[in-house]
Amino acid sequence: MRIGVPKETADGEKRVATVPEVVQKLVKLGFTVGVQSGAGDAANFADDTYVAAGAEVLPGAAEVWAGSDIVFKVRPPSPDEVGRLREGATLIGFIWPAQNPELMEQLAARKVTVLAIDSLPRQLSRAQKMDALTSMAGISGYRAVIEAANAFGRFFNGQITAAGKVPPAKVFVAGAGVAGLAAIGTAANLGAIVRANDTRAEVADQVKSLGGEFVKVDYEEEGGGGGGYAKVMSEGFQAAQREMYAKQAQDADIIITTALIPGKPAPKLITAEMVRSMKPGSVIVDMAGEQGGNCELTEPGQAVVKHGVTIIGYTDLVSRLAKQSSTLYSNNLLRLAEELCKTKDGVIDVNMDDDAIRGLTVIKEGSVTWPPPPIKMPAAPPKPAAAAAVPAAKKGHGHGAGEPMSAKSLATVFGLGAIAFAVVGLYAPASFLSHFTVFVLACFVGYMVVWNVTPALHTPLMSVTNAISSIIAIGALVQVAPPLDAAGAANRPNALILGLAVLALTLTAVNMFGGFAVTRRMLAMFRK
Amino acid sequence: MTSSLATVSYIAATILFILSLGGLANPETARRGNLFGIIGMTLAVLATVLGPRVTPAGYAWIIGALVVGGAVGLVAAKKVQMTQMPELVALMHSLVGLAACLVGFASYVDTSTVFPTAAEKSIHEIEIYIGILIGAVTFSGSVIAFGKLSGKIGGKPLLLPARHWLNLAGLLLVIYFGRVFLHSESIGAGMAALLVMTVIALLFGVHMVMAIGGADMPVVVSMLNSYSGWAAAATGFMLSNDLLIVVGALVGSSGAILSYIMCRAMNRNFISVIAGGFGTGGGAPAAAAGGAQPAGEVSPILAAETAELLREAKNVVIVPGYGMAVAQAQHTVFEITKLLRDKGVNVRFGIHPVAGRMPGHMNVLLAEAKVPYDIVLEMDEINEDFPDTDVSMVIGANDIVNPAAQDDPTSPIAGMPVLEVWKAKTSIVMKRSMASGYAGVDNPLFYKENNRMLFGDAKKMLDEVLAALRA
Repeated sequence: MRIGVPKETADGEKRVATVPEVVQKLVKLGFTVGVQSGAGDAANFADDTYVAAGAEVLPGAAEVWAGSDIVFKVRPPSPDEVGRLREGATLIGFIWPAQNPELMEQLAARKVTVLAIDSLPRQLSRAQKMDALTSMAGISGYRAVIEAANAFGRFFNGQITAAGKVPPAKVFVAGAGVAGLAAIGTAANLGAIVRANDTRAEVADQVKSLGGEFVKVDYEEEGGGGGGYAKVMSEGFQAAQREMYAKQAQDADIIITTALIPGKPAPKLITAEMVRSMKPGSVIVDMAGEQGGNCELTEPGQAVVKHGVTIIGYTDLVSRLAKQSSTLYSNNLLRLAEELCKTKDGVIDVNMDDDAIRGLTVIKEGSVTWPPPPIKMPAAPPKPAAAAAVPAAKKGHGHGAGEPMSAKSLATVFGLGAIAFAVVGLYAPASFLSHFTVFVLACFVGYMVVWNVTPALHTPLMSVTNAISSIIAIGALVQVAPPLDAAGAANRPNALILGLAVLALTLTAVNMFGGFAVTRRMLAMFRK
Repeated sequence: MTSSLATVSYIAATILFILSLGGLANPETARRGNLFGIIGMTLAVLATVLGPRVTPAGYAWIIGALVVGGAVGLVAAKKVQMTQMPELVALMHSLVGLAACLVGFASYVDTSTVFPTAAEKSIHEIEIYIGILIGAVTFSGSVIAFGKLSGKIGGKPLLLPARHWLNLAGLLLVIYFGRVFLHSESIGAGMAALLVMTVIALLFGVHMVMAIGGADMPVVVSMLNSYSGWAAAATGFMLSNDLLIVVGALVGSSGAILSYIMCRAMNRNFISVIAGGFGTGGGAPAAAAGGAQPAGEVSPILAAETAELLREAKNVVIVPGYGMAVAQAQHTVFEITKLLRDKGVNVRFGIHPVAGRMPGHMNVLLAEAKVPYDIVLEMDEINEDFPDTDVSMVIGANDIVNPAAQDDPTSPIAGMPVLEVWKAKTSIVMKRSMASGYAGVDNPLFYKENNRMLFGDAKKMLDEVLAALRA
């Protein structure tokens, strides 16, 4: 089948859906690839490189759309582009079906199949390789910091130089999703002091792991809204949150906001009042510009200076890193193509039984299949398997007694034990029984003592029990030269017994001394 | 020394041995535990030598034997390399087994023991018989285990046709000759039966351990340890010596429990281990499942790139296996660990309960290289942390990191708990080649998208990584 890559037509969009490197791999999967001339220019991928990678470069958009069975896009298609789609073709790209109902109608009318990369069920761990939202968000988080640094009049890192002391910049990141985390990491790497906040308390560790400090809102409420997204919070929480933001605004040099709630306008976190309280020369990068912005004064798509604070509301942060974002995006699409074409013969199969593919497919051969039914397994699939394996392992690990036996098997064990003891009690003479008592009790002591050993010490334990098993030397010792009465001594083959006993004693001595010495050597190495 | 004083000393020695085993349960008290063991042993030997059962005539022999044997033991313990520890332990087990046999024979030919009743005489003879039986199995089994661990005998399980029937026939023969032995009129006739049984027991020991694959050796070593304890206990019954019975039972039951713990860790059936001839599920099903072989591309990586990944990671988990022991790479591993920790990278170790050729083998090696034991974690402790780990580095391990154990119910190792290294952002597997592990199962981990293979000798590769990290 033929994959078409048209030039993006949206204003300011510099990305391209497929880069030459990926073209090669698509060709290996059995596809032919047609690229519109100049499609990759804005992202610094020249037509020649596409040709070299095995693609055919077509002069105009019309040829690409008309000749392709599959179209790779970045942005949702314009009405004009929808009109060019061939009936029965497949379109893959960002669609945002919730926000674009008209587009969905138009596409359905064209009797095409549409896979919206933004509708990927992100909670599936195997879907991660196709998660373009994540890869794009990471890039925009990085770029947001770069934009802030550009507009900010100082160093990020603190320095003590001959020309004076430079304090480090203080960056506050609101919202620690993928973009927020990327921003935290980038800013921390530049040397700034980074603080961050998110309504989902569980991200605190992720913030810390990237070198940021998590600022808590002084109010108890859990903000996870399912699927890893945030939800709208209560009034009490919002008041406490505003107070915290007001405090941060006075202290921070740079604020980066990334707070988004799916399907809702972006929450207004930074009020005009807070902007006024900021130091002159401070910077706000509002990454939620497209959804109205997290700051009241944001002008989407623009960088403006208000009350001495630069407020950057660019909506094309990803596009400003066109080469990087095109590369990552086209890799995501490549992974999707691999999933669709498992046979590697250049024919795609939109398998609606596959949870990931089902979620992505918003229109199947002209009928709208969005929204998809909820996925049956909410957690990452390997989890249950691991959980099932753990109890079994726990038991074997020797920490505590493990699970108690079931009543039935316990009864069986006790029954067998009772029979065995009865047999011994009926037939064995008294002298044997006293030894037997000692034996059984010792077995139990051994069991109790060893059951709690940590696995790290298995080898020294074995070595020491080995050394202790040379107690058999006692057996040899009593045979070497026992006190004998005249009758006993008469027929006793003294020399033979002495020889055997001395040999046995020598062998056990090797074990006795060697065993304890080796254990000592091993244990001497265990240190904290 | 009077008889009572000797008995009291025995009780003290017993308590010391129990404290010794108990002390070994925890790294803090382990050294003290070993000391208790030494004191207990000294006390037991002195009490016996000075007690009523030994006359001064034997002192010279006893001292001579202890000096010669002790010198050999101490030299061996000093010379042995930490990686050869399993072999040494196996070899020492064989000595205990052999000694048990010798003591049994000596006891049988000793005519000075007088029995008031016929039943007691029979019991005494049964005890001799069983003592020699266990001793012989321990001896030959340990020798074979030593051979396998030191590589003198191949690690592949040797599977004779109808081997279970062979074992059963051996058992019946042993019982038959036991009857003959008990009813024998003279010592000479009894001795013949005893010798035949000893040969059968020796062959049984060889056969049992030969049938076990190299990967399952840790359990075998621990099991033989247990057998040597039972041999001592049987000798105790034979000589009516409570100390031997108690200590033998202690060692026997602790060894059995240890084997049991390990069997659970490997998801093996304990009974099939005791009966011998396990570790055999590997070969045939793996070949049969040829169609289900994992496929895909393997991504190799260079030492320099590995160093790069490590340097940029925040959380690193190192999973060592037998390959690290073979390559003697533990010191380099520690150098790398130290370097990374100094740079603020959180490096930890994940140890599978059956990594290596002996339980706790990896812990001993890492301890030798001075890795602090609080960063060496067990499988259960570390498995949850893999999703937050940037780089997991597998050094010379295979089956213990095989995702097929969880994902593929048809796999021979299905259900065995494994370290989930593939959940880390990147996993790096150091291996000499693509060969499969001891279980003979291919490892889908190698084909995972986030996995990289660093081919080569572990020591050499780690040295290169270390050099690149220092640069």
